[in-house]
Amino acid sequence: MSFIKTIKDIPKEEYLAPGHRLCAGCGAAIAIRLALKALRGPTVIVNATGCIEVATTIYPYTSWRVPWIHVAFENAAAVASGVAEAFKIMEKKYGVKRPDVIAIGGDGGTFDIGLQALSGALERGHKMLYICYDNEAYMNTGIQRSGATPRGAATTTSPAGRVIPGKLERKKDLIEIAVAHGVPYAATASIAYPVDYINKVRKALETEGPTVIHVLTPCVPGWRIDPSQTITIARLAVETLVFPVYEVENGKYRINVMVKKPKPLEEYLKLQGRFKHLLLPENKWLLDKLKEDVKWKWERLLKLSNL
Amino acid sequence: MSGNKVLGLSGNEAVAYAIKQANVDVIAAYPITPQTIIVERLSEYVNNGELNAAFIPVESEHSAISTCVGASLTGARVFTATSSQGLALMHEILHIAASLRAPIVMAIANRALSAPINIHCDHSDIMNARDTGWIIMFAENVQEAYDLVLQAFKIAESHEVLLPVAVNLDGFILSHSLEGVNVLDDDEVSKFLPKRQPIYPVDFEKPVTYGPLALPDYFFEIKRQQAEAMEGAKPVIERVGIEYGKLSNREYKPIKAFGMEDAEVAVVALGSSVGTLRAVARRFRKKGRKIGVLGLTLFRPFPREELIKYLEGVKVLIILDRAISYGSSGGPLYLEIAGVLYRSGLRPIVLNVIYGLGGRDLRPSDVEAIYEEGFKCAERGRAERELLWVGVRE
Repeated sequence: MSFIKTIKDIPKEEYLAPGHRLCAGCGAAIAIRLALKALRGPTVIVNATGCIEVATTIYPYTSWRVPWIHVAFENAAAVASGVAEAFKIMEKKYGVKRPDVIAIGGDGGTFDIGLQALSGALERGHKMLYICYDNEAYMNTGIQRSGATPRGAATTTSPAGRVIPGKLERKKDLIEIAVAHGVPYAATASIAYPVDYINKVRKALETEGPTVIHVLTPCVPGWRIDPSQTITIARLAVETLVFPVYEVENGKYRINVMVKKPKPLEEYLKLQGRFKHLLLPENKWLLDKLKEDVKWKWERLLKLSNL
Repeated sequence: MSGNKVLGLSGNEAVAYAIKQANVDVIAAYPITPQTIIVERLSEYVNNGELNAAFIPVESEHSAISTCVGASLTGARVFTATSSQGLALMHEILHIAASLRAPIVMAIANRALSAPINIHCDHSDIMNARDTGWIIMFAENVQEAYDLVLQAFKIAESHEVLLPVAVNLDGFILSHSLEGVNVLDDDEVSKFLPKRQPIYPVDFEKPVTYGPLALPDYFFEIKRQQAEAMEGAKPVIERVGIEYGKLSNREYKPIKAFGMEDAEVAVVALGSSVGTLRAVARRFRKKGRKIGVLGLTLFRPFPREELIKYLEGVKVLIILDRAISYGSSGGPLYLEIAGVLYRSGLRPIVLNVIYGLGGRDLRPSDVEAIYEEGFKCAERGRAERELLWVGVRE
């Protein structure tokens, strides 16, 4: 495969075998399955501890049809650095075939505990792709807030209480952090736009140097959504501007899914139990803040894209 | 036999020289005193084209060891070095490196753990990591640091072992001391250490999942196998020590013994202090006093049987610890040996000496006092105090 035009062009090969123990409707499972459709040859996956790791490799079973390495939670980028550089030098010294290297981490393993390792790897400039599947909380341990949890969301460590109605702080901006390292390619992607997403993974693999893809992955138990609505909600995140789909190539910003007439944010929120309290009149102040976050980011993106 | 090439090298430089000769593929490390010179030299070798390796200047020791694990699983020959806080920061991944059966060689320039912050020698760093599943060896001098690093690759990468190896050299005392070091010729080293042959390299035709989740139905068996692997390393370590001896005329055994044929009082220790202990023991021997010295080159796997062989007939055994095991009945080496003695049925009088923390020197006069105390105990047939703190203001 090179770049694809429609979903009909998506390769049939499955590198994430069925039978894993991820939830029905798991957005992360879809994100990883789709990413693997973009492989261009021998590839090593380095996976941080998290939902994808625990649910796909319960010994003695594995869902991975590509070489796969898990070491710990916070170090996927560092382990991938070692894999990438080892193959690079062994190609030079011994003629060993050099594969693509993809590191995968959830939002906890990327935005929070793995951020230092990621920053180091991006600064050192290894040829590797880092994919963050972002379900906006520590879902594997039971829905605790992370630096990626959006303002207002209820989690088990930012519950919608009578005094504090959910997470008060805004979400970190992973792509801006990556861009600040001067990486040649960084992009957001949505599982509701699989052609765009798969092409981005492919483009990242074909880029020299470190690349980052941030994909939003709705979580059925964590977001308290209906398993049949994963893709609908992922699409609404884009249509309400909560999660703009864009890329930054050598510093140049491009919005890939232009939203001319954004839908009201409430359409996205009302389908999710984690935001139920935000729609109550007494919490309007917090909802307004979330709306400001969304507006600020989108306007900034338009400016950066020269639109 | 080796050409008699002698180089003036500090401990750190000797380690770096051995790593260059071992033709490592990947080095990932972070600067920390007193280890830093190892990685400085290695980056010079790489940047000057003397060593064809990837030098990965990571952003922390946690990432250093993580990078090494990733590189080792690909089949590369891998090295890192650290000290003290750096080793403590690696701690989580030390366990994983051993459990994933990833051969890695690490040099540790031993240094005290904070607080108070201190850059000088003791063994609190490695003793804190003694149960991480690494093979652990101690150098007595710079020559041994050079020799052990070369042997470490052969041991770690052996298909009968597949475990990471830590080679300890006392911070500053060895890391920064200049010594005339007998080095092997490059081609002798390449013959002793040919390119690593990984047993399960990353294979794209038959992809392997490394580091899966194992639940109560399998986890225990995997750990049992790991314990077996550690025991199984012993004959390999001995074999490599003999093979290295043939190559260099310097044979290595898990324990170095001095005067143990008829020793009434024996002292056992790790690292550079062994040299001081032996020097003072020679003086005692000249006066006809039956003192013996045991220097442990190997700490993990612990050379139980070998140690017991030396201890029959010993009336007083003095165990020197350069680390504390807070709240226990003695230092880490004492605890180790007490267990071995109990199982063996041997019951010498045992004295435990805590010494040298944070770089406090162990002077020959301290050693004399320790030996005199040992002989006093032998005469009396009992110890007045079993735990002695030597060289500390009390």
